[in-house]
Amino acid sequence: MAISALRANSEYLSVFAKLGRVSWPLVLLTAVIASIGFTLLYSAAGADFDKWAASMLMRYLVGLGLMFMIAVVDLKFWLRSAYFIYLGGIALLVVVELQGVSSGGATRWIALPGGTRLQPSEIMKIGLVIALARYFHSTTIEDVGKIRYLIAPVVLIMIPAAMVLKQPDLGTTLMLMATGVAVLFVAGVRMWKFATIGAIGLLAIPIAWASLKDYQKLRVLTFLDPESDPLGSGYHIIQSKIALGSGGIAGKGFLKGTQSHLKFLPEQQTDFIFTILAEEFGMMGGLFLLGVFAAIVVVSMVIAVRSRNQFGRILAMGLSINFFLYFFINLAMVMGLIPVVGVPLPMVSYGGTVMIALMVGFGFIQCVHVHRDMAIHRTDPS
Amino acid sequence: MKPDLDRHKLFSRRAMLIGTGQFALMGALVARMYYLQVLERDKYATLAEENRISLRLIQPARGRLVDRFGEVLAANRQSYRAVVIAEKVGDVKQMVDMLSTVIEISDRDRKKFMKEARRKRAFVPITVRDNLDWQEVSRIEVNTPDLQGVFVESGQTRDYPLGADAAHALGFVAAVSEAEQTGDPLLELPTFRIGKLGVEKTYDTILRGKAGRSQVEVNAHGRIIKELSRVEPVPGTDLVLTLDRGLQAFVSDRLREEPSASAVVLDVHTGQVLALGSQPSFDPLKFHDGIDHKSWRLLNGAETKPLINKALNGEFAPGSTFKMCVALAALEAGLITPQTRFVCRGVKVLGGARFHCWKRGGHGSVALKWGIKQSCDVYFYEVARRCGVDRIAAMANRLGLGAPVGIDIKGEKPGFIPTAAWKFATLGEKWQPGEDLVAGIGQGYITTTPLQLAVMTARMVNGGRGVVPHISRDNLTEEGLKPREYEKAPDLGISKRSLGLIVDAMSGVVNESGGTARRGRIDEPGMSMGGKTGTAQVRRITAAERARGVKKNRDLPWKLRDHGLFVGFGPVDEPRYAVSVVLQHGSSSRYAVPVARDIMRETLWRDPLNLGPAERARKQAASAEGGEEN
Repeated sequence: MAISALRANSEYLSVFAKLGRVSWPLVLLTAVIASIGFTLLYSAAGADFDKWAASMLMRYLVGLGLMFMIAVVDLKFWLRSAYFIYLGGIALLVVVELQGVSSGGATRWIALPGGTRLQPSEIMKIGLVIALARYFHSTTIEDVGKIRYLIAPVVLIMIPAAMVLKQPDLGTTLMLMATGVAVLFVAGVRMWKFATIGAIGLLAIPIAWASLKDYQKLRVLTFLDPESDPLGSGYHIIQSKIALGSGGIAGKGFLKGTQSHLKFLPEQQTDFIFTILAEEFGMMGGLFLLGVFAAIVVVSMVIAVRSRNQFGRILAMGLSINFFLYFFINLAMVMGLIPVVGVPLPMVSYGGTVMIALMVGFGFIQCVHVHRDMAIHRTDPS
Repeated sequence: MKPDLDRHKLFSRRAMLIGTGQFALMGALVARMYYLQVLERDKYATLAEENRISLRLIQPARGRLVDRFGEVLAANRQSYRAVVIAEKVGDVKQMVDMLSTVIEISDRDRKKFMKEARRKRAFVPITVRDNLDWQEVSRIEVNTPDLQGVFVESGQTRDYPLGADAAHALGFVAAVSEAEQTGDPLLELPTFRIGKLGVEKTYDTILRGKAGRSQVEVNAHGRIIKELSRVEPVPGTDLVLTLDRGLQAFVSDRLREEPSASAVVLDVHTGQVLALGSQPSFDPLKFHDGIDHKSWRLLNGAETKPLINKALNGEFAPGSTFKMCVALAALEAGLITPQTRFVCRGVKVLGGARFHCWKRGGHGSVALKWGIKQSCDVYFYEVARRCGVDRIAAMANRLGLGAPVGIDIKGEKPGFIPTAAWKFATLGEKWQPGEDLVAGIGQGYITTTPLQLAVMTARMVNGGRGVVPHISRDNLTEEGLKPREYEKAPDLGISKRSLGLIVDAMSGVVNESGGTARRGRIDEPGMSMGGKTGTAQVRRITAAERARGVKKNRDLPWKLRDHGLFVGFGPVDEPRYAVSVVLQHGSSSRYAVPVARDIMRETLWRDPLNLGPAERARKQAASAEGGEEN
């Protein structure tokens, strides 16, 4: 598939010419983030590289290869394949529904041969953005103003959101919906519609509350008052705050964090990995990480705005928003600003599918950048 | 391109808005970091430095396994290990040298320790030596002043008094693998062990127990300052098994004389498993602390498959032990009577193919009892031809063959009983009459496990009741362990008369002249055995080879030798026990017979109801003297 796509475009640019047009600052920034991840995983494992960091390095390298492959494929090929990618994501979610692997009360994974597991909801995030980009590529500025043109994209968002909510995975559901809404926003949907939806959303809170599972309610309640249950469900938040706070400005030093190695925070290699950075490298470390994240978002947004076709613009923007939501939700959760919803820190937390999915996402952003000067007409493909 | 320009402008405007929003949110994160890490720093630093409450899990003791008489089959042993905390030691290498003058430290242990010491953080205790004995513990304690930073930690190790002799039945415990994690924090404790095989696996949930919790205050180095509260762990439930420890040891011992063998002893009325042996075996403790690569390769790669429980997972052609099934199917269908005679001339010709009897000259005129006693193949070819495979299969299924019999040990194999419909459905070919003949002597597609053969025998001699074998005395239900209801074993609907004929013939096999298992006779008073031999071919004998004279099995390579089988029961007049013995590539049933005889004799000897001659004589004398007991 990729071969034919390459050939179709070879009249414009060779593969090497395309590689020359890749955004190398973005490549470098992702490498920096991934390296921070390996360092923290090494520390989380008690100064053991093999436990988690080694396999994440492998996944990063695989992801890097995928990124370059996706980047050099003709953007029009992705435009044509957009809905198929979306449907593929949906199909994987159906597989989860039918024969998914359960863990801790949630069914989110597909078992792959060789003992690895795939989390299709991570792939779905990319599938959703690319499908929405495809849709809004074909709509005129007038179309977007009409309500009947909004039915299809809302359905595109709601189907995967509902399926993921059923797993149940509240964090991913929120991310899918937020990304979708943000894409509608940049695509030009009128402001008052968002205001209306927002108002309805506020009114719907009591209903949503009633439909939450007990453990989810508990999470919200302990978020509001963590001290009420210091050894139960408030434990994570309190310990996380202690780790951050005691890190101070300069941190306690690499491998010297006490919160982590004394096992106050269980499962620190996954969602709460930021606590290691904040404890061992302090606020300096935290600001550095945030700075790199911000740079990635800025570079991606510039790529989006630079693109000469609507598909590329929305694709790059949607993926950059998705990336932003990842780290914002995770950091806000770890810092006790929002309830614990289970979103990993992108490219840093231990977890295979997320790393690969993010690198694939960057591959699409790079692809938009490589083809930044390609004008694709609204009606192409018809 | 005009409309796209508009779209582009709108997009850029909205993108700017989103970007602004994102930066505002990131600003909130920075503000929060500043608040926590700068403004509130002292508060959290104090929290981190001083009064830190740590919640620690206390591992519950695993439930014990005991045999039917209360003898221990698996228990927990307190074990001690020497650990070093690097930051409390000046020079780690020097300390290990010093320690090696007090206790023995092998090169392997030393290498492992030095490797870990380089990788782990300085305050993490690292094991130098496992399984210290009492003397070594006290030597370390005495030398404490010289051994700053060396500590003795205690833990629990599973202990199996029978060792390899019951490894397949009991299974073993080992560290929890990543895939087995359920989110239960107890499973994440590095020292926690769960059942991986056999009884330890099937009953793992009740053997595990519940974790206790200890809330402790620790200082900045992780040292416990005081315990604030404590919830004691609930130890796992002890499980009473139906095994007889002495018999189990005897069976394993007896089987060890063969390269690869398995045996099962059942109570025919209840289905209780008294012994379940599979040889060669392995040391269940090898897995406790993680097996090393070399041992694993050795165990896993061996031709005789020591890790496989052959009593449950070995699928063998039953050979002539299957003939009772064939006879019962024909008797019940009214196709033969005990008097029906067929003539054996050493070979049966059907559709141009020649089917041989094991006896070259033939048996002459044969009826049911002589057919079983002599294991005449031609007689059973004829019975099977009349009966057809489907009737035989139906009877075999009733007797417990062709599907897992439902023992409470995971991973039992189903064996296989073919039917005409099965062959047509899977191979697309019609069932051939010649295949009826092959099925009639328990060969061809038919496979059974040693456990199934014991169950088949039990069901034939207990009056046709469908007992299900089990190894735990009690039944594990959702409400926990409940006594089993033995009276619920269903009647299989086989006539007592037919069963009686079979039992009588099987008794003849061992006890009457002309029987094929005369060497299996048990002569002790009050003890006796009946049974049936079986030799299952693993290779085809060609006509040329037959003409030349069939090669002696013991001259062939091990893998090509026939399987030797025997199923038996005892005592003959009032059967209580069934036994099955399968010698994998054991050449012939003649070698299985003495094994089964010894096992049955030991079983009867150990039966509390059957006091044995010496005991009986003493009892009689005692009652003649005083009589106050009765």
